[in-house]
Amino acid sequence: MSVFTLSQAAKEEVLLKELSTLVEHHRERCEPYGRILAASGYQPATSVAGLPWLPVRLFKNLDLKSIPDDEVYKVLTSSGTTGAEVSKIYLDKASAAEQTRKLGATVQSVLGPKRLPMILVDTKAMLKDRKSFSARGAGVLGMSNFGRNHVWALDNEGQVDVEALRGFLEQYGDEPFLIFGFTYLVWLHLYEVAREHGLDLGNGILIHSGGWKKLVDQAVSPEEFRKRLATVGLTKVHNYYGMIEQIGTIFLEGESGGSLYCPDFADVVIRDPETWAEQPVGKPGLIEVISTLPTSYPGHVLLTEDLGVVHGVDDGDWPGKRFSVLGRLPRAEARGCSDTYREAA
Amino acid sequence: MSELQRLREAFRTALDLPAEAPVDDLRYQDNEKWDSLAHMSLVAAIEDEFSVMIDTDDVINMSSFDEAVRILGKYGVNVNE
Repeated sequence: MSVFTLSQAAKEEVLLKELSTLVEHHRERCEPYGRILAASGYQPATSVAGLPWLPVRLFKNLDLKSIPDDEVYKVLTSSGTTGAEVSKIYLDKASAAEQTRKLGATVQSVLGPKRLPMILVDTKAMLKDRKSFSARGAGVLGMSNFGRNHVWALDNEGQVDVEALRGFLEQYGDEPFLIFGFTYLVWLHLYEVAREHGLDLGNGILIHSGGWKKLVDQAVSPEEFRKRLATVGLTKVHNYYGMIEQIGTIFLEGESGGSLYCPDFADVVIRDPETWAEQPVGKPGLIEVISTLPTSYPGHVLLTEDLGVVHGVDDGDWPGKRFSVLGRLPRAEARGCSDTYREAA
Repeated sequence: MSELQRLREAFRTALDLPAEAPVDDLRYQDNEKWDSLAHMSLVAAIEDEFSVMIDTDDVINMSSFDEAVRILGKYGVNVNE
C-alpha cells in the first residue's frame, strides 16, 4: 500500500477539484477566511497553483476554524521558534481521525503494515506532564504507533542509555527495526554513540524530522548526515517535512535520499518571495503546502516561511514533485505576507 | 478467566483504572486516562495477554473497547464467546 502513486498531471487534476470544493467549504463556514478571499478578489482557481493561499503565520494571529465551537474536539498549539506566538489549530473528531489515518498510510508506504521493534531517540521524561505535551512529545507519540517493544534511547536526565540500546539490538537487531527521532538528537545521541560503542544499526529504518539548523551550525549537511549514518550501517533513512498547521500531512524523503515527495493528497508550490509567482524547477522560493486534510480549519493551502526548491517532476523514487527544504526565510523579508493579510482582515 | 474478562483486565491495568471499573463503553480520549501515551501501553498489554501482534492500522483504529473486541476477532481471539 502506498500513498505515493499519482503522476503530477493526475494529481493536479484530483487536487484542483478537491481543493476547489474545500475552498468553498471553508468560505461558507469560516467567516474571516471568507472575508480574506473577498478582499483579495478571489475567483475560482483554474490550476492548483492558482488556489488562494493563507500565510501560515495567520494561525498565530487569528482563530480560524470552520466548525462550530461545540464540535471542537482538540486544539493543537505550536510555539514557533520565536516563542511567544502560538498557532491554534482546531480539530473535530472526523478531522482528528482522518489526519491520524493519513499519516499512518504515508508512513506505512515505507514501513509496511507490520509494527516494528522501535527505538525512540528521545527521553520519556518529556511526557511527564500528560496534559501538555510539547510539539516534540506529540511527534514522538504519533510515531510510536508504528512501533512495538519501544525503547527510549535517552534516560530521564537526557543521557544516552547505551545499555538499553545494546539490549534492544541483542534482542531485535537481526530483524528490521524502526528508529524515530528529531534530526539533531539522532545525530548527537544515536550516531555519535553508535560509532563510539560499535553498535550495529544495519537493520534499522530511520525516520527523522525537525529541521537542519542545529546541524548546519555544526557544518553537517543533509548529504553528510546520510553519509555518516551509513558508516554505522544505517542506510534506510527517511527525513520528513511537515507542520502542525497541516497536521497529518508529511512530505517524505525517498529511499535514494536528497528529495522529499508529496503524498497523493498533498502537493507543494514554490513561489517567488517578491512576486508570489510559481518558480520553475530548480529555482528556490517560499514553500506553499497544499493538502486535502484540513476540513475543520482553513489550512488546506498555506504559504510557509520556509525556503525550498523543486528538483524535478515525475523523475524520482516516487511520482510527482520532488523538493528540498533550504531553511527559513529571514524574518524581515517576510513582510509581504502579513501586509496582504492586514489589508484583507 | 473468560476472554472478555481478560480483555477488561488488560484495559484496567493499562489505563490504571480501579479493579471493578466498567470498561465496556470506553472510547479513546473520551476517558481522560486513555490518551495517546496510555494507548501504547494498552496495545502492548493486549498483545501480551492474547499473544498476538497487532498491525499498525489496527492500532490506529482501536478507538473503543468494542473496536478492540472486533480487532481481536481478526487475530482469531473471540472475545464475545
